[in-house]
Amino acid sequence: MSLSKNPISRRRLIRGGVAAVAGVAGLAAADRLAKRYGLIPPDGSGIYGPGESLTYACQRLLTTRTPAHEFSRSMISKNPFANAVAPPNDAFKRLAVGGFRDWRLVVDGTVAHPMSLSLADLKGLGVHSQITEVACEEGWSYIAEWIGTPLSGVLREAGVLPQTRYIVYSSIEEGAWASIDMQDAGDPHTLLTMGMNDGDLPVPFGGPLRLRLPRQLGYKSLKYINHITATDNIKKFGKGLGGVDPEYGYAWYAGI
Amino acid sequence: MRVTHWLTFIAFVALVVTGGLIVISHPRFYWGEVGNVNTRPLFVIPIPSSRDTVPTGYKYVMPDENGWSRALHFEAAWVAVLAGLVYGIYGLWSGHFRNLIPARRDWNWHAYSARIAKYLRRAPPDRSEERSYNVLQRTAYVVVIFALFPLMIWTGLAMSPSFTAAFPVTAELLGGRQSARTIHFIVTGLLLLFLFVHVAMVALSGFRSRMRAMITGYTRDSEEAP
Repeated sequence: MSLSKNPISRRRLIRGGVAAVAGVAGLAAADRLAKRYGLIPPDGSGIYGPGESLTYACQRLLTTRTPAHEFSRSMISKNPFANAVAPPNDAFKRLAVGGFRDWRLVVDGTVAHPMSLSLADLKGLGVHSQITEVACEEGWSYIAEWIGTPLSGVLREAGVLPQTRYIVYSSIEEGAWASIDMQDAGDPHTLLTMGMNDGDLPVPFGGPLRLRLPRQLGYKSLKYINHITATDNIKKFGKGLGGVDPEYGYAWYAGI
Repeated sequence: MRVTHWLTFIAFVALVVTGGLIVISHPRFYWGEVGNVNTRPLFVIPIPSSRDTVPTGYKYVMPDENGWSRALHFEAAWVAVLAGLVYGIYGLWSGHFRNLIPARRDWNWHAYSARIAKYLRRAPPDRSEERSYNVLQRTAYVVVIFALFPLMIWTGLAMSPSFTAAFPVTAELLGGRQSARTIHFIVTGLLLLFLFVHVAMVALSGFRSRMRAMITGYTRDSEEAP
């Protein structure tokens, strides 16, 4: 067999080696840049870390400052589907008896003025509405009109400190919590939702208070919100993955 | 070039398996922007679901595997897209695609029917076909590479709520998010069909020698397919 016929010639070996070194160097440089610009999600390690990080980084670079997709009123779903919810706990039932007058949203963490807001206080910060779609990771979706006050307004009232990197939000349901970065927190469509289709937000849809996040899948739109914590260190919460869903393998960033 | 083929193969297997597991959580398909258990489906796959909220007619609820399935699905999608990018750039640079696009003189029904007739007679390949692809092979490859794979990426992106926020037209052109999901599913079937035919053809032309050629790039001219 002559040397030229050998499929692994010296030239090809050198070329392959150079390509591999360049590839590794490129990845290392990309990793450093991504870390500097905050493009690595809290669950960006482990075997699925590269995929999650690529998706998050690319979507962040592509979709910076693009508002949620709004639909016309004629596209509102006539029979929206309320996903199964855990039976409300005793604390929830007690508040329901009082018509949720005593429902409070606690705002704390890296803010200048920690607050505790009633639903009336929230409405006082300005009510907005939007017609957006809920898309569930399972595959189904519906469109509704959502009425509430933008999270950004509440954060402005509380005076979020400049070192804040994530907003952690949790539900009256034990152990249900999630978090978003400051870009999603500042999005005018990230809505502390109290109404749906011209009525109060029904309990199966997350009433009295749900954080609607139309640019991410439904599981990030947590129901029964009663606590918001601004933080500069997401690792301090739970297992450090930025939510309870990532602890079960679901992506922290659910824009896909 | 061969590396991108095998990377795509591994990614494709991962995508099909995890995609199937994700579909189990809602084995109903719709047309338009929205669809859920309260709306009429376009078609339903008659299998149990991994969610008890989906009316399937079965009492049995399958185990939920969506967490890792979704993570692996998107990671495998990245592998396939990046491998496709390398393949596309190399293919343009090396002139590889010239070997794939059917020759101008074959752009007619007669060329196709003649080639099909040859397959039916089990006639051996022409001299010109020995080192290249015939019109049917070329058409299949071109459709898969330039239509089905791009369509998978497009319909996949059209299901991303963040991507469609930035580029609503990706979903609107297809008829909506649910249409994109339905097309994503149907094209998966077409790609699987291609895979079966592709593997069957490899088997017919000598599985071991073809596999050795595709893994090492080394062919022995003296060697005849068994």
